[in-house]
Amino acid sequence: MAVHETLYEVMRQHGITRRSFLKFCSLTAAGLGMGPEFAGKLAHALETKPRTPVIWLHGLECTCCTESFIRSGNPLAGDVILSMISLDYDDTLMAAAGHQAEELLEQTIEKYDGQYVLACEGNPPLNEDGMYCIQGGIPYVEKLKHMADHCKAIVAWGSCASWGCVQAAKPNPTRAVPIHKVIRDKPIVKVPGCPPIAEVMTGVLTYMIAFDRLPPLDRQGRPLMFYSQRLHDKCYRRPHFDAGQFVERFDDEGARKGYCLYKVGCKGPTTYNACSTVEWNDGLSWPVKSGHGCIGCAENDFWDKGSFYSAVTTAGFSAGAEATADKVGGVLAGAAAIGVAAHAAASVVSHMTGKQSEESSNG
Amino acid sequence: MASTVTPNGFSLDDSGQRVVVDPICRIEGHLRIEVNLDESNTIRNAVSTGNMWRGLEVILKGRDPRDAWAFVERICGVCTGVHALASVRTVEDALGIDIPRNANSIRNLMMLSQYTQDHLVHFYHLHALDWVDVVSALNADPAATSQLQQSISSWRNSSPGYFRDVQNKLKRFVESGQLGPFANAYWGSDAYRLPAEANLMAVAHYLEALDFQKEIVKIHTIFGGRNPHPNWIVGGVPCSINVDQVGATGTVHMTWLNMVSDIINQSIEFIDKVYIPDLKAIASFYKDWGYGGGLAGKNMLSYGDFPLIANQWDNESLALPAGAIINGDLSTVHEVDTRDLEQIQEFVNHSWYSYDDESRGLHPWEGVTEPNFELGPNLKGTKTNIQEIDEGAKYSWLKAPRWKGHAMEVGPLSRFVIAYALGREDVKELVDSTLSELGLPLPALFSTLGRTAARGLECTWSAHKMREVFDDMMANLKAGDVATANMDMWEPSTWPGDVKGVGMVEAPRGALGHWIHIKDRKIENYQAIVPSTWNASPRDPAGNIGAYEASLLGTPLVNAEQPLEILRTIHSFDPCLACASHVMSPDGEELAVIKVR
Repeated sequence: MAVHETLYEVMRQHGITRRSFLKFCSLTAAGLGMGPEFAGKLAHALETKPRTPVIWLHGLECTCCTESFIRSGNPLAGDVILSMISLDYDDTLMAAAGHQAEELLEQTIEKYDGQYVLACEGNPPLNEDGMYCIQGGIPYVEKLKHMADHCKAIVAWGSCASWGCVQAAKPNPTRAVPIHKVIRDKPIVKVPGCPPIAEVMTGVLTYMIAFDRLPPLDRQGRPLMFYSQRLHDKCYRRPHFDAGQFVERFDDEGARKGYCLYKVGCKGPTTYNACSTVEWNDGLSWPVKSGHGCIGCAENDFWDKGSFYSAVTTAGFSAGAEATADKVGGVLAGAAAIGVAAHAAASVVSHMTGKQSEESSNG
Repeated sequence: MASTVTPNGFSLDDSGQRVVVDPICRIEGHLRIEVNLDESNTIRNAVSTGNMWRGLEVILKGRDPRDAWAFVERICGVCTGVHALASVRTVEDALGIDIPRNANSIRNLMMLSQYTQDHLVHFYHLHALDWVDVVSALNADPAATSQLQQSISSWRNSSPGYFRDVQNKLKRFVESGQLGPFANAYWGSDAYRLPAEANLMAVAHYLEALDFQKEIVKIHTIFGGRNPHPNWIVGGVPCSINVDQVGATGTVHMTWLNMVSDIINQSIEFIDKVYIPDLKAIASFYKDWGYGGGLAGKNMLSYGDFPLIANQWDNESLALPAGAIINGDLSTVHEVDTRDLEQIQEFVNHSWYSYDDESRGLHPWEGVTEPNFELGPNLKGTKTNIQEIDEGAKYSWLKAPRWKGHAMEVGPLSRFVIAYALGREDVKELVDSTLSELGLPLPALFSTLGRTAARGLECTWSAHKMREVFDDMMANLKAGDVATANMDMWEPSTWPGDVKGVGMVEAPRGALGHWIHIKDRKIENYQAIVPSTWNASPRDPAGNIGAYEASLLGTPLVNAEQPLEILRTIHSFDPCLACASHVMSPDGEELAVIKVR
């Protein structure tokens, strides 16, 4: 095997100039919400490190995480896959198949025992001896455990791997479980969302490879840099919430003026993610911006928290944008739900009384 | 078994060497294929096993029908949105809701952009490596590659220097010793036929298409907030349109409409200058490799889609028409009634489910789904370590859907053959001009290559159709209609107590149907029959084999150790296994037997 090359060397050999390389580093830093000094550190790391092997497994899932990943604009998914990591196994993209594909798993263990990153999309079902998800004739959960035994760290892509997601919604007929329920002896970085934002995915991976460490995580295992603030607190429609200007039903006058979607079910007040800041598809838009409330897809058990069109009433609002998931979690545990409704009411009742009664008479 | 002939006319012989391919990679989900080869390495028996089951529909029971789209959208993130659209259509059908004209246009635009992006990604990233030898590209002459490129297309990236750069990238990548996703494949197999220059050109476009595909889906981002998994609502679309009043920039406004228009233009250019020329160039080297037909040209089904007149579901309105072709008779296109309990039925005697009477099929409004994982006596291996499956018994997590008892092929080729048979000029022109350019007769379509070609032609069809739909929407906006949602029946209190509905979509991979039963304003039952369930179907009680199995028969393998031909034909269907495995009992009976170990 050839001597390992650093990412920087590979990029140079791929025709990328040093100027483009440094621009890439500063764009990546900006994408991560970091300052210029981070760009320098990133450049240094990429110049001195070989490409890290990544094994990407798929359990029960819908492949939306992979699809999201390849939408990444900064860095481009093609650059990540071909120049920044060594994607040594990914059954959605790899050219090999059958036993030739499965051999690559053993080769990776042999060459990189304890050094590769295990990226998990989807989750293992435990009912029926795991045979609700069969790969190469064996239960997926066995393959997952085997590959986890030899990895350095795990990235749990999306809400399936992080929480269980849709197949684990009640009554969870296959007994699908998140990765941390079956792998207990390896560090796990949860990157929830159904799917997660592309640049959040490439951002987390880039961080781990550049710095050779896990990003700082909250108590639930999510990177603080992307999951510590509520969508509601950074939402561009927030001023309408504060002013008591709401969409009462889809495509009404309020909807056509871009008013707040809280009353048509937006879960922004209880959802920790980067949608309202990083946004989606090269920062073009995000669900609230298109006129639909957030469905809370990065949150644990979001499928089982009532209709996507019911206004949330259970979140604490004592803290503003400075509150982190941990702090609010603590508040909630102690003072159980001061209540979004109360919060909304406090700021808007005087503006809304007329409209609300109008709505009830229509309803 | 040794040797038999199936009722749908295929000879099966399982006496020869068994070859197993599991996992089939470069697909969505988990699929296993086993075949038997005769002494000349020709496939004489084929077995398709769906390797996963998620039980999504049982999870929907008792929930708000307006929420269903979000759950079922997660059936698949590759053909994202298609299940959501089928779901809102199903609920609207049950409740009798008509959607506004703009909502119809926006839904059409979202689904057309889905076709365009999905077909493009399938061709370059999931399928091309069955035809293109990446390693051979290292031996190409960049100047000759440039000549080749310029001879087939006016695409801008065509200089010798450009192809030299791509080749250098590839060279360094290979020399690094870290081959990543290209490791351990069948490179160098004699089954690859392209000259080195064509391989290099295709590798360059593999990379370009990976960068470009993310632009196409921005149409979803504008109207649905993100991609994958944009947002939808029952009654229309969630985005409001405001082109000239206070608050416009908080909604779909002029800048975004301009962006949609630009994306459509860019898509047309990329598809017509890169994808289609590549498709024709590659096909010209494989046109005598006519294997992989199976049910193609015999039994094909389409529900039809893209209503150009909102809320009108007949062939006068549908841009891609509905119909079924049986026994290879292209002169008659049969009508398909998705509400007729005798037409669409699912069988389970070879599936890991149980019915009281497994000789019968059940319509989705009547069906039962109880998982029953059991393996046949001729299994090689154990329950949790399957070496060779016993297809005489139950052998797949997929049910076997049938139309009037027939196994059917669905997908772009089926849609195009049915449109062609119905004399649709737009489709006829695309098909006829392509065949004549390649010097091939119409029956050449009924093959692996035909399936792949139809997908490409449908990709350019959909990109151009976006332009037409967009212009029509702009004319409607000009006339002053900006409505995007009909909220008259939004409140459950306005709903009837007990109703059923169906919602049909032609997904990128083929005919998709959702069936709902709403009782007391909640979901009583939800069923989906998806394209890959039709195509990857196991056998039925009569012994009919499904489209994947039929397509592999008679194909010779150049090298049994490198079954590239199996991948090529299976990939030509664009398998989606997370979609294909579904389930819930209609009468609300939950999966009765959940074994907890």
